[in-house]
Amino acid sequence: MRLEFTEEELGFREEVRAFLRDQLPAHIRDKVLNGLELSRDDHVLWQRRLHDRGWGGFSWPKQFGGAGWNSVQQYIFDEESALAGAPRLIPFGTKMVAPVIMAFGNAAQQQRFLPKISSGEEWWCQGYSEPGAGSDLASLKTRATLDGDHYVVNGQKTWNTLGQYADWIFCLVRTDSQAKPQSGISFLLIDMKSPGISVRPITLLDGGHEVNEIWFEDVRVPIQNRIGDENKGWTYAKFLLGHERTNIAGIGGAKREIARLKRIARDQRKNGRPLIADPLFASHIAQVEIDLWALEITNLRVLSADRGSRAPGPEASILKIRGTEIAQRISELMMRAVGPYALPFRREAMEAGWQSDPSREPLGPPYASTLAAAYMNLRKLSIFGGTNEIQKNIISKMIVGL
Amino acid sequence: MNFEFSDEQQQLHDTIDRYLTEQYKFDKFRAISASPAGWDKAAWTGLAELGVLAINVPTAQGGLGFGALETLAMMGACGRSLLLEPFLSSAVIATAALRPFSADAQAADLLSKMATGDIIAVLAHFEPDSRFETQWVSTRARSVGDGYRLDGHKAVVMHAAAADTLLISARSAGDSGAAQGVSLFRVPRETRGLTLDDYPTIDGQHAAEVYLKGVVLPASSRLGMEGAALPAIESALDIGLAALCAEAVGVMQALVDATIAYVQTRQQFGVAIGRFQALQHRIADMLIHLEQARSMSYLAALRCTDENIPERRRALSAAKAVIGQSSRFIGQQAVQLHGGMGMTDELVVSHWFKRLMSAELMFGDSDTHLQRYAALTR
Repeated sequence: MRLEFTEEELGFREEVRAFLRDQLPAHIRDKVLNGLELSRDDHVLWQRRLHDRGWGGFSWPKQFGGAGWNSVQQYIFDEESALAGAPRLIPFGTKMVAPVIMAFGNAAQQQRFLPKISSGEEWWCQGYSEPGAGSDLASLKTRATLDGDHYVVNGQKTWNTLGQYADWIFCLVRTDSQAKPQSGISFLLIDMKSPGISVRPITLLDGGHEVNEIWFEDVRVPIQNRIGDENKGWTYAKFLLGHERTNIAGIGGAKREIARLKRIARDQRKNGRPLIADPLFASHIAQVEIDLWALEITNLRVLSADRGSRAPGPEASILKIRGTEIAQRISELMMRAVGPYALPFRREAMEAGWQSDPSREPLGPPYASTLAAAYMNLRKLSIFGGTNEIQKNIISKMIVGL
Repeated sequence: MNFEFSDEQQQLHDTIDRYLTEQYKFDKFRAISASPAGWDKAAWTGLAELGVLAINVPTAQGGLGFGALETLAMMGACGRSLLLEPFLSSAVIATAALRPFSADAQAADLLSKMATGDIIAVLAHFEPDSRFETQWVSTRARSVGDGYRLDGHKAVVMHAAAADTLLISARSAGDSGAAQGVSLFRVPRETRGLTLDDYPTIDGQHAAEVYLKGVVLPASSRLGMEGAALPAIESALDIGLAALCAEAVGVMQALVDATIAYVQTRQQFGVAIGRFQALQHRIADMLIHLEQARSMSYLAALRCTDENIPERRRALSAAKAVIGQSSRFIGQQAVQLHGGMGMTDELVVSHWFKRLMSAELMFGDSDTHLQRYAALTR
């Protein structure tokens, strides 16, 4: 039993660190470290840099142009990236639809789509949730009717993260309304430029435009854009949902944010002393840091158990629940740390920070302006990707057998 | 990294697990716990025959020379079976306290007899005013002639009455909270002036108040240099803390297993109560706590002998805080989900709950360790 990585893994970590040092653009790093919003171009540029290094699809097998990293290597990459201030990768292309295309798509689909996912040339978004189908995803109603060699798609998807940037959307659609819900679903890849698609922004509680509604009105989708068999889409969807486990706990990001929380708490004053010296606040920080340490070791145990490539199991639910709770608690503590200066709100601060306008008097400490909005925004973590309550259902069914 | 036991560790785990499963059932725990002494000589001899009392004794003293990972491998079963014999107190903590002094012939002799189970020793360190502060020693050791005279009071010393020898800390210099000036003495149970007030603890073990009134000892009973024993004492307590964490995880696992089994069989409203989502989610929460606690018991075992002391303490405080909190959650919820049955003395559930409670209050509760962690990481 040992906690340390092997020599080989440490060597790999050095390789990742060197890459981050050389290739991570400073303007992107500064945004990440200060909790500012990234643009589409920022994400695309970073994906391009990874691709040029041969790491565009780092989790993919080599036969598909991937780097073939095992789960420990992926974990190391994610942790080092987060600590260095690299963007958290947008998962919809590389980590969600790509594994489905590799596992269930045909050769033509693999050749058509995978290279442009790796290179970042094509941006993907997810078409799963609908207004009436959230946790009960199988009740989805968007329907696809066969008409010659095309499906005609009608319906509405929602909560499409960064769908405003997307070139393609992968969608679950109903192709058989007579069968029981899970058996009548197909998995389609749809070009966002298709006539009949409209994207409408949803403004969130932090004022940001992160998610959308996407409407489909007689959208014609070539039959060759269906993944696998008709009416087997639920199987592919479940495969996709269970696939991401190396970074589901977000350990590296949480470590980075705790360091930021401590910097803020050292700078803030309470009764003339640093806030971090306040016993009550110090114990809040210590508690979340200790909980993160326990989760980190739990995550390493899961990785160590499947160094090969065992299929993802319900342990991922434990990582998701604890990881999201911890990230939320850290953001809450940061917001509380600045006290009343969490209140001033200008939306543009999320993009550039308060201090970007030299003609204005500084309004509170420079780090304060994004914290309340970030706290609000991160409430999403326990809702998306299967709510934490759904995760508990999964644990009790799969691990406990209830 | 890897989280597997070595073959040898696995073998130890299997040996003690099988032995306690077969020989130390709940009825036996109840009978021993109800006996006046609160521990069983025959059970102790059984452990000695298995060889497990020798795991932490150096090979030079006839032991197996193992360490914290082997101890970790054994402690889970001790917790689950609610072992009452002084394995943790003597074979782990007192053994660890004596190990640095094994060049001393009398300490070496003691270790070799502890390896075979012929001698039980316990460390008597904490005092009524020290709470969980290891430096807080008020018991005095005054030089008299070629030896010492000890006066003081040691509080809630686990298994003290079972011990043939007590290892007692006393201050030969400095004020109560000073790091320097603490010496460690080997004190035979029958020494004049040493009195024990033995009592059962809430979880059915035994502890004692240890009073020292004019206890006169030869200089040879001092272990190591005068006034310099605190690091050795703290090392032993840290090794004990890691072992206690592993024991608590064994108890938590047993409680989670028992609770799952119970909600699958207990019927209300015409169905097994495990069908209700409110209870399913509670059990999922228990399981999450259990896995975090297990992770931290590994951390504690891997770091409890780290020579970088701040790093060692940071890890142990993190582990003890998490495990204490998990213990409270799992213990309380296991009782809750067993309903009225969880409240009874008849069911093992309440005894596991009580063992967890006592583990949280030994070697520093969660708040103490949370504070210590905060101070170390500011």
